[in-house]
Amino acid sequence: MTDILMPALSPTMEEGTLAKWYVKAGDAVRSGDVIAEIETDKATMEVEAVDEGVIEAILVPEGTEEVKVNTPIARLSAGAVATPSPPPVAPPIPPPAVPTVTPPVVATVAAPSGDPSPPPAGTVSGRRTTVRDALRDAMAEEMRRDETVFLMGEEVGQYQGAYKVSRGLLEEFGPRRVIDTPITEHGFAGLGVGAAMAGLRPIVEFMTFNFAMQAIDHIINSAAKTLYMSGGQITCPIVFRGPNGAAARVAAQHSQDYSAWYAHVPGLKVVAPYDAADAKGLLKAAIRDPNPVVFLEHEMLYGQEFEVPDDPDWTVPIGKALIRRPGRDVTLTAHSRMVGMALEAAEILSKQGVEAEVIDLRTLRPLDHETILESVKRTNRIVSVEEGWAPMGVGAEIVARVAAEAFDWLDAPPLRIAQADAPLPYAANLEALALPSVERIVEAALKVCYR
Amino acid sequence: MARAAASGKSRKTKAVAAPQGPEREPLLAWYRDMLLIRRFEERAGQLYGMGLIGGFCHLYIGQEAIAVGIQAVRKPGDQVITGYRDHGHMLVCGMDPREVMAELTGRAGGSSRGKGGSMHMFSTEAGFYGGHGIVGAQVSLGTGLALANSYRGNGNVAFAFFGDGAANQGQVYESFNMAELWSLPVVYVIENNQYAMGTSIERSSSETHLHRRGASFRIPGEEVDGMDVVAVHEAAARAAEHARTGQGPYILEMKTYRYRGHSMSDPAKYRTREEVEEVRRNRDPIDHVQEILIEKGWADEAALKAIDAEVRAIVADAAEFARISPEPDPSELFTDIYVGAER
Repeated sequence: MTDILMPALSPTMEEGTLAKWYVKAGDAVRSGDVIAEIETDKATMEVEAVDEGVIEAILVPEGTEEVKVNTPIARLSAGAVATPSPPPVAPPIPPPAVPTVTPPVVATVAAPSGDPSPPPAGTVSGRRTTVRDALRDAMAEEMRRDETVFLMGEEVGQYQGAYKVSRGLLEEFGPRRVIDTPITEHGFAGLGVGAAMAGLRPIVEFMTFNFAMQAIDHIINSAAKTLYMSGGQITCPIVFRGPNGAAARVAAQHSQDYSAWYAHVPGLKVVAPYDAADAKGLLKAAIRDPNPVVFLEHEMLYGQEFEVPDDPDWTVPIGKALIRRPGRDVTLTAHSRMVGMALEAAEILSKQGVEAEVIDLRTLRPLDHETILESVKRTNRIVSVEEGWAPMGVGAEIVARVAAEAFDWLDAPPLRIAQADAPLPYAANLEALALPSVERIVEAALKVCYR
Repeated sequence: MARAAASGKSRKTKAVAAPQGPEREPLLAWYRDMLLIRRFEERAGQLYGMGLIGGFCHLYIGQEAIAVGIQAVRKPGDQVITGYRDHGHMLVCGMDPREVMAELTGRAGGSSRGKGGSMHMFSTEAGFYGGHGIVGAQVSLGTGLALANSYRGNGNVAFAFFGDGAANQGQVYESFNMAELWSLPVVYVIENNQYAMGTSIERSSSETHLHRRGASFRIPGEEVDGMDVVAVHEAAARAAEHARTGQGPYILEMKTYRYRGHSMSDPAKYRTREEVEEVRRNRDPIDHVQEILIEKGWADEAALKAIDAEVRAIVADAAEFARISPEPDPSELFTDIYVGAER
């Protein structure tokens, strides 16, 4: 007897919907037969039998949502093959890098007075939306608002987006404005920049920023520098967007965090939101911005739900950090996915009597140094958190500015939490070892507090 | 568009009715434009030698017929984009020679206010989109200009110029593919001057007939005598018509030759002096037009001298402007980084 388990369709899938059964109890199946259909917010896929036998029982009925990966969904009686085969796709150990659920404190903490952009919750009515849908809504709204806005990239149209971020856009806007490109990053980034120079407002989606390395020449040499080199004549209102950083178990070439790379370059604006409200508000702001904007998303956040304001004109200003949790003892800076970890760490620290102030950087260029410096002058301690490598990184920049401009307020040497200085490994244990963790953040915060 | 100021001045002989080929007026204008480029570039070379121009400076001498012949088929709104051998293109697009020369000297009066230099000049007014220093980048960017034309349905064509060296860059073929796939109105003009810096086309290219490079994308291409402005013009008209009528991209391989080095610091070891002399003597694009003008009786020695004098005056004025224009104000260091001056 073999249990058929809920398979993982992607490296980051944790659960899905059992959309359809093609077999019923008593049916004989052969290896390779399609027996069920599974859906996630990202993909739809058929499940094949991996062994011969007779379906003994359906354990999870059709239409069940939120079925966890590795849950037994049916039972197969032994067929001709005597030895039971391994369960389909399911890894023997659940990947440790899979993100934990949304921390409870997210977006519910009021910003201290003086913050230029308070969080949305509590001030306006909103609804729970995934980061994925918030990004899609931002693009759709801006495309309705401005005829010159269009989306181009690999699989953005008919496939509905490799990560389903552009779901439904082709149907609404048609192939003129939702352009499926060949796999040709260098080329289509150049076309996008050229179209922007001619006055259109392209959104160029990279399936991941790892692939944008093929296109980085156009992002930097063509998009970022031309306004300057033309004495202000040629503008380039373009958004380069897509997932950045480590997904789960996809190894070094698909896991890099490019925050520091792009934030290094004058002429670019660089945005890296954490929650859905910021993802939507900042993407709308980026599309309206007359400058080239690199918009770094995170695959691990796409499926997370947050409150998003109903305001159809909701935008978040580029260049403003957000204090997501006030605290008096230590400043934690983070962006993108690391904000969630910093908030979790702050929760743990609070139970130990340390009140951490969590700053969501939101924009990396221009970086909101003012909010960071003011916070450090209150807490006298800082730990920066980033997913990328530490050398020459975002934390290096923050710590340098703090050392230069708030030296007299510091009660402890600043610390940086970052990815281990090695290419990201595939092995589950090594990957977990390499990436920042809540535990490491807690440890560092306690260290700068001399506890 | 093409400057035709000199063409009306020398109407002394009666035009011979020519059933085909060039007509008197445009030919005189082209002669004048080519001469302007020649004299301008010679002066730029001198200013470089005097230390007034710094960095890289790539002269267009020898290739004048291409920029001029293509310009003649441009319609209002058509865009031009090229690499770093760009001075000639800027002049025929209608940019002010003073501003071009002052950019070469890095002065406030330059078209990029001194912040771009020889390789990076632009004029939205003239439809000139640069001036790009990364070999091949202009091909993708130019295809993007065409994408914008297609998106807007404005009937305009983008002309993307690049050399035989750039023709080996990968993004050229990525662009070819999308241009044909989406029927974009772009004319690719390959200025094949035989040398990518110091590497001859035979040493760099497995297929040296560059007009065939679009074949696997189903893009038509033709080889053109790039030293003959009349031939360039005729081919350009065909190519532009093809692109403008929704038939997609077109490739023109212009066989040409640059007389000077790749840039000002060129060891000149990769070709013989005799080879250069041979082209100068027998294939010079300006001499060629001069011969037609004389032969047809469309201009005499005096008329040609008058054109030369006019061109020399423009160049002298530009050089003087470029010499006395002040350097940019130190505050310019931080302008034009972002629209809206946010940092």
